[in-house]
Amino acid sequence: MSFVPLILVWPLLGWLVNGLAGRRLSRTVSGLVACAAVGASFATAALALAAYVQASAAQAASAAEGASQTALSVIVPLFTWLGAGDLWVQASLQVDALSLTMALVVSGVGFLIHVYSIGYMAHDPNVSRYFAYLNLFIFAMLLLVMAGNLLVLFVGWELVGVCSYLLIGFWFARPAAAAAGRKAFVVNRIGDAAFLLGLFLLFTALGTLDISEIRHRVGELPDGLRLAAALLLFAGATGKSAQLPLHVWLPDAMEGPTPVSALIHAATMVTAGVFLVARLDTLFLSSPAALVVIATIGALTAFYAATVALRQHDLKRVLAYSTISQLGYMFVAMGAIAPAIGIFHLVTHAFFKALLFLSAGSVMHAMHDVIDVRRLGGLARTVRWTAAGFIIGGLALAGIPPFAGFFSKDLILEHAFALGMASGNYIPYALGLLTAFVTAVYITRAVALTFFGVPAEAGAHPHESPPVMLWPMALLAVLSVAGGALGAHAAGEPLLRFLAPLLGAVEVEGAAAPHPPAAILMGISVAVAFAGVLTGWIVHRNRRDPSLGAMGTLLEQRWYVDALYDRSIVAPGHATGRWMAGPVDLGVIDAAVNGVGRLFAALGAASRRLQTGYARQYALSVLIGAVLIVGYWILR
Amino acid sequence: MEWVIFVPAAVLAIAGGVGVIAARQPVHSAIALLVVLASLAVTYLLLAAQFIAVLQVIIYAGAIVVLFLFVIMLLHARSGEGPVEKLPRQRVAAVVFASLFLAALLAGSVAATRPLAPAPEGFGTAQHVGEALFVTYLLPFELASVILMVGIIAAVVVVKRGPPAGRGGR
Amino acid sequence: MLPVAAYLALSAVLFTMGVVGVLVRRNALIVFISIELMLNSVNLAFIAFARQHLGIDGQVIVFFVLVVAAVEVVVGLALIVEIFRSRSTVDIDDVDLLRG
Repeated sequence: MSFVPLILVWPLLGWLVNGLAGRRLSRTVSGLVACAAVGASFATAALALAAYVQASAAQAASAAEGASQTALSVIVPLFTWLGAGDLWVQASLQVDALSLTMALVVSGVGFLIHVYSIGYMAHDPNVSRYFAYLNLFIFAMLLLVMAGNLLVLFVGWELVGVCSYLLIGFWFARPAAAAAGRKAFVVNRIGDAAFLLGLFLLFTALGTLDISEIRHRVGELPDGLRLAAALLLFAGATGKSAQLPLHVWLPDAMEGPTPVSALIHAATMVTAGVFLVARLDTLFLSSPAALVVIATIGALTAFYAATVALRQHDLKRVLAYSTISQLGYMFVAMGAIAPAIGIFHLVTHAFFKALLFLSAGSVMHAMHDVIDVRRLGGLARTVRWTAAGFIIGGLALAGIPPFAGFFSKDLILEHAFALGMASGNYIPYALGLLTAFVTAVYITRAVALTFFGVPAEAGAHPHESPPVMLWPMALLAVLSVAGGALGAHAAGEPLLRFLAPLLGAVEVEGAAAPHPPAAILMGISVAVAFAGVLTGWIVHRNRRDPSLGAMGTLLEQRWYVDALYDRSIVAPGHATGRWMAGPVDLGVIDAAVNGVGRLFAALGAASRRLQTGYARQYALSVLIGAVLIVGYWILR
Repeated sequence: MEWVIFVPAAVLAIAGGVGVIAARQPVHSAIALLVVLASLAVTYLLLAAQFIAVLQVIIYAGAIVVLFLFVIMLLHARSGEGPVEKLPRQRVAAVVFASLFLAALLAGSVAATRPLAPAPEGFGTAQHVGEALFVTYLLPFELASVILMVGIIAAVVVVKRGPPAGRGGR
Repeated sequence: MLPVAAYLALSAVLFTMGVVGVLVRRNALIVFISIELMLNSVNLAFIAFARQHLGIDGQVIVFFVLVVAAVEVVVGLALIVEIFRSRSTVDIDDVDLLRG
């Protein structure tokens, strides 16, 4: 397993090459270097997976029959990062089922999106900077998911935040992009502060930040402390994963290039919060109150974002709210004590949401950056492949069998129902089901308005994207169709079984829930999904887009959450800033400094009269001083 | 016995001092300084400092005062004081504070009334001073030569008529 | 034998006269000669103390004072000559450019 660090080294090298020498490389070489780096990373991760499976089997064989199945977790130490007193941080990588799954998703989907970017960014003058950021992001994300230590994880966590900021503001000359990058950064800071506090708390209580040690020792913590740590870390996760109330940055993040939205703001980085909960599963699963919070926030976010997506006109914003909503589902899974299911949904979501975003990018490519659904229409006839990709992604998102999204979403709803049966709290299930319906409606609306009916603008001449963009979409489409097999009961649930020893090993009180009637629940989900699609189609057929009256306005204004933040936080912040810059800075601080200056100027003006220029007078003062000193010395 | 030598020497030295500060012409002042130096050389002999007494005459009287005289001759014309006293109270203040200073110094020095013990044989001879200079104070002695060198160079640089401004100037 | 106080008193008187000369006279040359007077009075004090304590160090210090006095005179006179050349005066009150 000693080759595992190479997974990180490739994108780092790519970043260095593109970042340092990018200006001298041709745009083709630049893109190839970046793709090769991520591709090598994916290949190495696949090799690591093979080695891990082999080692795992060997361990299982050597273990006695019937012995408890413990998950194999290989720690690859890199170096001692910090050693000061009680703080002893070993920079290390952790190779286990979860980190390998995440690494494969990140590098795999990342690779496809890198390839797509070659076509999408073909005419951008700063393409080497773009690929440098993208490679750095892949490195950071892999560091995050493979970290063996929470502090190392935090480094990755912050680095992906930086990359996100840099890429949202990639076209920094556009004020909207610069503002969106700033907003993402500031909102994430709030979550990160809570995350850091959680780290401090864990370190104070346990004296270690090593992930596997924390996982095994959370039982030592008193309940209240465990709850506090879990909630603080979850607050960090809400920032990164754009959950209520820190979701506001993600829709604005769509100002970045579309492949970035696909990679960072849909498939990988925003799932870091979900990953964090899974990574420290024992901590979260052993605090029932925290689970309730997580499930509730997740369900509320899922419902809220799905409703908002109903009345967004920017295709990418629809997808952004859809992402927030789907992340909510993942948290519902976490809250329903089914982290493996959450990861499953994370994986399928990465496939179909990346596909949706890449298709949306292809639409922008075809329509010369027009992305407002009110100005599109009828594209299914002109850009067929793109339309096919988007529709496949949309079906997966809507949860239509046998697309990937159906399996994971259905399992989440099943566990949410089980949670309801165990605790009497059916809210997550109800909201989840409702969201499933709304999801199907809004994605059908997006499809209907974009690809069907009569084109809104006659003059446009859409053209299909080049193969370098279509092939990654094709591969993602295949994954969106077939990805469900990873967790489908009929296919033997390979992913869930792979994760089970690690994430299923936690025995929680009340976990022995009564088994829900899976078939009935599945029937309900399917029916809801089809009903949603049908409703959406009926309402929006022929590119009709009823405004839904007052409720539509509410949704268009995003339930006035953004306005509320503007009024209650941003505006007072600006006012405080102006007050600080005006009365306080000029009137108090500058005045103090100037006052000191004037004081000494006055002193100088007074004392300059002592300098007469007559040497004899100076000599006289020396004599007077000598008299005083000698006199004192004698009279003492 | 020593009074006989000391008192005239001291009176002569004080008279010379008055001459130094009261002379109208610098040349008179320099001559008066010569008197002081000679008188002090006599007191040095009384204090068993034969070598220093000889140095006093050779260096001070022979070299330094002569240097003064050279410069006085060089600046002969218009080398007096200006007609206007710009600091009218300077003279009074100087006398007052100088008196206070003198009183303080005398008050300090009269305490040492103990008669001196006889000096041992060979104290203050050239050999005695030379041994101290070349053994104990060798390094300062060498440094003194450096200081002299610096002084010579400085004097040359200060007085030299440099080339017209431009080359080497700032 | 005379007490050392006699020599110290003579030294103090000569020093004070030097001080008065520096403070009162305006001719730079006389000011300089007054400074020499002060140096000599200090030399006398050193030699008197050397005699009292029967230590040769006091006399050695006088030797160094002689050296420094020589250097000081050389440099100082050079300055006076230069000032006279440029301003045609040796009145130190005329050299008062460096004032506040």
